[in-house]
Amino acid sequence: MLEADNLECVRGERRLFAGLNFKLEGGELLYLQGRNGAGKTSLLRMLIGLLPPEAGEIRWRGMAIDKLADEFRADLCYLGHLNAIKEELTPLENLLAAARLADEILSEDDAIDALEQVGLAGREDLACKYLSQGQKRRVALARLVTEKRPLWILDEPFVALDVAAVDWLAGIISGHLQRGGLAVMTTHQLVNIPAGQVRELRIGG
Amino acid sequence: MKDRFNLYRFASPATFYPLAGTLIPYFAAISVIFGLAGLYLGMLVAPTDFQQGEGYRIIFIHVPASWMSMFIYLVMAFWAAIGLAFNTRLSGMMAQALAPTGALMAFLSLWTGALWGKPMWGAWWVWDARLTSELILLFLYIGYMALTAAIDDARRADKAGGLLLLVGVVNVPIIYFSVKWWNTLHQGSSVNLTKSSMAETMLWGMLLMAMCFWMYSIAVALMRVRTIMLERERNTDWVKAELGGQVAGGKK
Amino acid sequence: MLKIVSAVIGRDLKLAMRRQADIVSALFFFIIVVSLFPLGIGPEPDLLRKLAPGVLWVAALLATMLSLPRLFADDHRDGTLEQLALAPHPLGLVVTGKVIAHWLVSGLPLALIAPVLGIQFDLSADALLVLTGAILLGTPALSGIGAIGAALTLGLRGGGVLLSLLVLPLYIPVLIFGAGAVDATVTGLGGEGHLSLLAAITFASVGFAPWATAAALKIALE
Repeated sequence: MLEADNLECVRGERRLFAGLNFKLEGGELLYLQGRNGAGKTSLLRMLIGLLPPEAGEIRWRGMAIDKLADEFRADLCYLGHLNAIKEELTPLENLLAAARLADEILSEDDAIDALEQVGLAGREDLACKYLSQGQKRRVALARLVTEKRPLWILDEPFVALDVAAVDWLAGIISGHLQRGGLAVMTTHQLVNIPAGQVRELRIGG
Repeated sequence: MKDRFNLYRFASPATFYPLAGTLIPYFAAISVIFGLAGLYLGMLVAPTDFQQGEGYRIIFIHVPASWMSMFIYLVMAFWAAIGLAFNTRLSGMMAQALAPTGALMAFLSLWTGALWGKPMWGAWWVWDARLTSELILLFLYIGYMALTAAIDDARRADKAGGLLLLVGVVNVPIIYFSVKWWNTLHQGSSVNLTKSSMAETMLWGMLLMAMCFWMYSIAVALMRVRTIMLERERNTDWVKAELGGQVAGGKK
Repeated sequence: MLKIVSAVIGRDLKLAMRRQADIVSALFFFIIVVSLFPLGIGPEPDLLRKLAPGVLWVAALLATMLSLPRLFADDHRDGTLEQLALAPHPLGLVVTGKVIAHWLVSGLPLALIAPVLGIQFDLSADALLVLTGAILLGTPALSGIGAIGAALTLGLRGGGVLLSLLVLPLYIPVLIFGAGAVDATVTGLGGEGHLSLLAAITFASVGFAPWATAAALKIALE
């Protein structure tokens, strides 16, 4: 489903990696590993189509992602290291606004449900600037519940989460894989994902 | 610009660098020859204007500089379009190498215009449509240079600068016509810069000076693009070979 | 297509409402700058009437400039800009929504307050009407063209000053026709010609600028 063909990445004047290949099918999880600055985040940004590769091609369902454009992005859920939530809005408003922009149909009840799942029950109507780092991260993670997308690209999703939230997220990811979804993620923490085929890719030696 | 075809073929910096190096002396020499001939015709042979006296001779600098300032902007926009469409490294470097020369030409045009305007119009500056447009063109050059200078990543600087050039080139005619219209409405000065009946020697002098400016611009742009290449590709093998002994620490 | 545009407008308006101070300060900047001119040049009504169109328009350009750097900077900082770029729609449509929202909170208030300020300059009722109309017509172009500059300077040091350097020269046609419309009304020539040209510029720039802005944003997001 997701295929990287001979990717090359140059940032500034440094060549981070070249000749990178992988192929990921439904139900598979790809762990990206490598030291700091090896190009993990750059690779993720290539996979979501924001960073054009220096050479090579990324294909989704056999088609180049820059050709698919909107169609590809409709299949994609990306969580960056920034939370992409608005401090002035409440968690509920953030979730509803994100869904509208992503063309998802999301009822208020479902949104409240998702917030409850991430452990934010009772804080739906508090502006996000009053939440802690971990709670803000949970608002961002709630999008994994509300947006039904086959491809998840996650940049350090476990950062700033407590033990309970890490377990919950691991469960959510394995549920996604069981339903035939794909996930690519970077992480420095070793987290056991109970289901699905886990593969590893080491970048930059 | 007969070297444009060559540039296209030699689109890789490593092959273009030595080519530019051999071309520069020729362009410089041709520029000097045309310049001397043009100045000879313009300053000594061309007859004194019966209305404007000797002061008019500054147009032998002024008019070619104005032409060049506009033409260089178009050439930069051309490179920008090539660069954005085909993602070629050389195009962005060429646009950046041309910008200071274009700005210099615009400035020269304004400066000589002011020197000419003082005896002719009795004022250093008048809000003539041409002068005003030239001033705005200078602003556009400065904006482009400021933008590319503010972006650290060379690739992003090329792309963002290129986009600005394309937006600018779409706007230049709109700006020009709006200024022209504004000018006629306000009826500032109705002096026309170009004389309709120009003596043949004057025309030749001006054309020779224009050729001189062309060759100068090409030579200077090539010199500047060579510097940009060395700076940007300082980590590549060909630059290290080019610089030979003085590599380590020689360039920042 | 309309859905995404209205979704972006709705989100940005809601955010603006939570941060009303921004709107109000740009508006007061406009009011103060315009009010400073009579203090600088004297209270002569004839002179003021002559200067009014230019003063009001230049102040409107500057007030718009003031709010432009934040058009994308906030979204860029918290990561929502990436998500907007990843929405399953052309980025140009998203930008169109942001430009419209920007106009609603920056251009529209200027147009509403402009006639009051015009009275300070002893403008006739006709001229006040044309002034309001011209600012209404011209400010969307300011938001559109300004968005290109805001996207090009996104995340750069000294972005605000650089933004003015890039955008102000491109604002000149709007200034000329906007002020010209009022001026022509004051001198009794009628401003219809100016207004229709202003409308043409606005349509062209609101249609074209979001796509150039989208290209600039993609460059900035690389």
